[in-house]
Amino acid sequence: MQLAILGAGDVGRSVADLAGEYGHDVVALADSTTAAVDDDGIDIAGALERKAGDEPLGSSDPEDVFDADYDVLVEATPTTLGDAEPGFSHVKHALEADRHVVLANKGPVAERYEELRALEADSAGSIRFEATVGGAIPVLSTIEDSTPQAVTAARGVLNGTANFILTRMAAEGLDYEHVLAEAQDLGVAEADPTFDVDGTDAALKFVILANVLSDGGFSLEDATVEGIQNIPGSALDLAAEDGRTIRLIGEATRDGVRVGPRLVPENGPLAVTGTRNIVQIETRNAGSLHSSGRGAGGPETATAVLSDVGRLPPL
Amino acid sequence: MAAVSDDPVDEDETETDGGVRAYTVRLELVDEPGELLRALSPIADNGGNLLSIHHERGNITPRGHIPVEVDLECPPDRFDGIVDALRDAGVNVIQAGAEHYGEEISVVLVGNLVENDLSNTLSRIEDEADAVVRDLSLAAPEGTEAVSSARIRLAIDSGRSDAALEAIRTIGSEKELTVVEPLLGGDA
Repeated sequence: MQLAILGAGDVGRSVADLAGEYGHDVVALADSTTAAVDDDGIDIAGALERKAGDEPLGSSDPEDVFDADYDVLVEATPTTLGDAEPGFSHVKHALEADRHVVLANKGPVAERYEELRALEADSAGSIRFEATVGGAIPVLSTIEDSTPQAVTAARGVLNGTANFILTRMAAEGLDYEHVLAEAQDLGVAEADPTFDVDGTDAALKFVILANVLSDGGFSLEDATVEGIQNIPGSALDLAAEDGRTIRLIGEATRDGVRVGPRLVPENGPLAVTGTRNIVQIETRNAGSLHSSGRGAGGPETATAVLSDVGRLPPL
Repeated sequence: MAAVSDDPVDEDETETDGGVRAYTVRLELVDEPGELLRALSPIADNGGNLLSIHHERGNITPRGHIPVEVDLECPPDRFDGIVDALRDAGVNVIQAGAEHYGEEISVVLVGNLVENDLSNTLSRIEDEADAVVRDLSLAAPEGTEAVSSARIRLAIDSGRSDAALEAIRTIGSEKELTVVEPLLGGDA
């Protein structure tokens, strides 16, 4: 497949870097200001080197990406809430040109799922978005394989930053602010960790899961979301006395989406430690399935994008 | 079905300080091989004498469990030990003697608990969530004026956990407390 990649952050760059290994060519790579475009395949190493040196990716404009001879648009621009722009328009543009789209950007799938599916229905192309939920962990493909009708709920930990903070608080008996500062020093938490600790990032992923289970109907404003900012070390101590711990747990069912700090058994499957993520898929006929792994990171998320590309039918 | 009885015991039976009494214990078992045996051994191991067992196999509870009614006799001072041993063995004891056990859940409350009248919070939980507070652990490392945490273990009638948690959520938001609920669904 010929890939056009929008977004040159960790995920976009890793997709470009790994595409060859998965048997695909990159004909365009764009950030928000410039693009490298070549129908015979761009010089990926050169473009990535220029990006690392803060030079323009290439001589083209980002809009020129849509004129390239691509089969799949990889939408890896930053997640935006509400109208999910400009990501949504990028997807629309590609579908209207009868191309496939693979998203790593959560915004369009969480906020405008039904519109995306309507555009897909009128297009020869299709959309896939494994990378939007749980990074490297195969979550949506597992639901697809179990058939969504047979899945009754998805639960779990889908934010590594919040999970790291709660794990460290429980292990060291430290308070939230202490551990957050440590996480920022380690690069686990961003300078502005708001969406990670207030539950928004996890909620977007569980909204996407609810949309997949119900074939649409949910957006972020339908989710009940609570963060971990108010959890003191003493609450984790009390939980531990009882063989439990506290994790930021999300739940998606056909009835709704809920994200918040919850008590879980300390040695249970959902009490993953550090930045690890886990998803429990509750099925009607096969009990619960658990998948755990790295829920973020450039190469990790890129593998989910490239697996999606591999699942697409030829155009 | 022989209900709880206070019938005097035969003079020849084992004599203990309080004599022996008959009790009825209602259990809910998972429908798996060996479950019944596993549920019964703590009774014998703790000085109980099995009188009869009603294994209502055709009658499944909403949670997919099989209700079992066990009549046993034991000295009254050993009865609590038997119930504890059953629970330690992971058996779901719904009713023992006249006392309903139902389900037990723990929640952690965080906030200005003491300034917010903790005993009022607890009695509201008992009233509005229809629960019995079994125990409470309070941690106030910064003193009772500051943010503190409390773990509360509650006994609730079977099948009422969701309604009880909803009531606790409401009390929490009215009193500006963070409620950390247990995750009930699935095999968390």
